[in-house]
Amino acid sequence: MSLYREEAVVLRTHKLGEADRIVVLMTGGRGKVRAVAKGIRKTKSRFGGRLEPPGHVSLLLYEGRNLDVISQAETVDHHRPIREDLDRMTDALALVEAVDQVAQEGETNPPLFKMLTGALRVLGEWDPRPALLVGAFYWKLLALEGVAPVVDGCVRCGAPDTVSFDPVEGGTLCREHRRGTPVEGETLRLIQRILGGQLAAALGEPPGPTVSTVSHLATSTLEAHLERRLRTLHLMREVPGPGLRFTNLA
Amino acid sequence: MYANAVQELIDELGRLPGIGPKSAQRIAFHLLKLAPEDALRLARSITVAKERVSWCRRCFNIAESAAGGVSPDDPVECEICRDSRRDGTVVCVVEEPRDVVAVEKTREFRGRYHVLQGAISPIDGVGPDKLRIRELLARLDPEGITEVILCTNPNIEGDATALYLSKLLKDLPLQVTRIASGLPVGGDLEYADEVTLGRALEGRRAVGE
Repeated sequence: MSLYREEAVVLRTHKLGEADRIVVLMTGGRGKVRAVAKGIRKTKSRFGGRLEPPGHVSLLLYEGRNLDVISQAETVDHHRPIREDLDRMTDALALVEAVDQVAQEGETNPPLFKMLTGALRVLGEWDPRPALLVGAFYWKLLALEGVAPVVDGCVRCGAPDTVSFDPVEGGTLCREHRRGTPVEGETLRLIQRILGGQLAAALGEPPGPTVSTVSHLATSTLEAHLERRLRTLHLMREVPGPGLRFTNLA
Repeated sequence: MYANAVQELIDELGRLPGIGPKSAQRIAFHLLKLAPEDALRLARSITVAKERVSWCRRCFNIAESAAGGVSPDDPVECEICRDSRRDGTVVCVVEEPRDVVAVEKTREFRGRYHVLQGAISPIDGVGPDKLRIRELLARLDPEGITEVILCTNPNIEGDATALYLSKLLKDLPLQVTRIASGLPVGGDLEYADEVTLGRALEGRRAVGE
């Protein structure tokens, strides 16, 4: 039984038995790791609230036969502003959900870990909250996965003038091959800035139709790549949801 | 392999949470070895519980009807909702019926409850529309509720649910409060995590008042 030390971000947790939890972690050195936190659901657990998503923690784990076991946990960043604001929390959950889908157990991915911790730090620290953060993170995630979108010409024929973006094709299309969502130059320029080294400036963009189109396209493209729906944004974005307003019930 | 009746019993027991095929087999044989009256008592208590227990039509806690069972046209109210000595202006919003029991054990709360029957957990596909939030909103005005206490678990799902509800209720003419977070009595300060200790400091109060 060997002990190891890892820095990690908590992606999600599942209940296990009476008082334990399985904690899914994105670690810096071992990729995605599933580990057991024993007794964590008891009020006197020494882990306390450290192993809640999207906490950034430093852990001591020992290797188990199936699942590793968390022996000690120290907080690196508990992201308190994220836990106290529904929009920031939704964004954080959207980030960890995507990382949980993309990361594979047993495959190290230090750039992904670095990107996730960076995004969570920005989400916790920036005021106002960067509206483009989740969208930009998804575009960067696609690029890291090796499926960066083609936005400088038609993905089919290479023609420079493009009119639409198709998440399934993973890029822009010319008038002849057009499919998907019609897009304007401003939208494409913003995606180019995200992927082309001007991320910080792009994150400063105020909320508006362009930011929301870029975010929407990022979500659809990542969903097309993963071949599954990302639940967080779909479930949480319409707060309060239609029909849930008090006036509607009066 | 086994006689039909035994196999059926094993299959049914195997559907229970946390019971695998081997455990199901062990329980089934234990039941077969029991005296008939003991086994029938178990069967009877399952039948009676299923017949009499339903969700309270007001708060969605567990409610028990008198003998004769629950009719779908006449859903019952739980003991707490029926108790007229309770303060009907304060409602404590909890995730599960077992949380009602936990709060009741404190003997500190004399208001009524509302059980959401879950918490928002986007990763598990549980959105606000799957909880009893609509029913909570429908209670506020007719029951003259003036304070809503958000008593969801202090984990990410519970916090998300509390934030969602506070956003939903913020423009209404009532007070919305969240239960305090802090250190467990008998716990050690050095093991407290930063979020808990931070909240405990924030919620400190004057001594001797």
